[in-house]
Amino acid sequence: MIEVDSRGRRCPLPIIDLAKRLPTVAVGEVVRVLADDPAAANDIPAWCRMKAQEYLGSPAPEVYEVRRVR
Amino acid sequence: MADPAGAPAYLDAASAAPPHPVARQALLAALADGWADPDRLYAAGRRAQQLREAAQGSVADSLGVRQDEVSFQPSGTAAVHAAVLGGLAGRARAGRTLVHSAIEHSAVLHAAARAGDAEPVGVDLAGRLDLDAWRTAVGAPGVALASLISASHEVGTVQPVAAAAEACAEHDVPLLVDAAQSIGRVPVPPGWSLLTASAHKWGGPPGVGVLVVRKGVRWLSPYPGDDRHRPRPVGALDLPAVVAAAASLRAVLAEAQTEAVRLTALVDRIRATVAATVPDVEVVGDPVQRLPHLVTFSCLYVDGEALLHALDRHGFAVSSGSSCTASTLRPSHVLEAMGVLSHGNVRVSLHRGTTEDEVDRFLAVLPGVVAGLRAEAGM
Repeated sequence: MIEVDSRGRRCPLPIIDLAKRLPTVAVGEVVRVLADDPAAANDIPAWCRMKAQEYLGSPAPEVYEVRRVR
Repeated sequence: MADPAGAPAYLDAASAAPPHPVARQALLAALADGWADPDRLYAAGRRAQQLREAAQGSVADSLGVRQDEVSFQPSGTAAVHAAVLGGLAGRARAGRTLVHSAIEHSAVLHAAARAGDAEPVGVDLAGRLDLDAWRTAVGAPGVALASLISASHEVGTVQPVAAAAEACAEHDVPLLVDAAQSIGRVPVPPGWSLLTASAHKWGGPPGVGVLVVRKGVRWLSPYPGDDRHRPRPVGALDLPAVVAAAASLRAVLAEAQTEAVRLTALVDRIRATVAATVPDVEVVGDPVQRLPHLVTFSCLYVDGEALLHALDRHGFAVSSGSSCTASTLRPSHVLEAMGVLSHGNVRVSLHRGTTEDEVDRFLAVLPGVVAGLRAEAGM
């Protein structure tokens, strides 16, 4: 699994980190984002909805998983 | 340095609308005549008392309620605090739970945190109350009060007040409607028990809140040294400001329908143009069931604070619900409750002085400002 460590980075930086990393991810693969900005919990799923990617949920606090589907 | 885009444009009426010309005139006149303590028995006091009663009567008339149901408070926030705390205190025998929408103004949430148990009810992606969940929540045992904003102050979505009030009536739960963004712009449906408003949202002066408590609704003063069962302001009233608030409300209501049509069209233009000219943007809130003057959108990969500053440099005053612009460093609870993007957020709210030219200049400048900030972030 690909990991993007955005801890200590304020929104929108975690979303920018995720978006920049996505082209290196194969379709079907999962990216795990580590982010401690409280806005990430809201903005990562919102980004997935806007960009039609799949939000898999938050398996642990400050951890978010996204599957590239397109 | 003069900005080539033109004169500054104030587009944040939802925070404070520029004073209506009638408010200015009334304020100056009332400063001359209404400075004395209206509770004193000498001539100057009696003049102030007459002004107070005329203002109260005028606001009652504007809102379609009885004069003795209206009280003035030191601000919209103070009115909300008095409504929530006094409404809960008056219903202590029924319980201590406040049912509220998840998108109330923070004044409701802060008052609830102080007084009772809060039970939030969610909204959909457009920011509209989940009525089924609301009906269940107000029917639960121990509910003392319910609170619903008339229309979202952050995204403009008009709430189903009539249906929510019906559900409250079925369970004998009084409903507080925070109508700060609606009064002076759009009608508020009947059925509520308490209503709050704020004069500087309609073009009156700042520092005047309105609290209406309908006859028969139990309200107990939450403040010390006061055993009244009808609200009154704590301490001296800013009577000249109250007079200006009352006069401007009357003037604003006379223009409200025409202004609503004009501003609705300008907001439609903003919604359509922003969606078409700014990539990766989400225009949020209900496109139709909304306030006439307010629109909110979020731009991916953009820092909200940087966006406000950049727009300010171009002469545009707007506000934002992004976390970086909040004292709490948390994103807006309204945007969170809706599940929409919270960063890069801009709220534009228009007023009677807003021109088509200002809106067009804003729309011409915005795409370049957003693109510039994205380029700086490497996007």
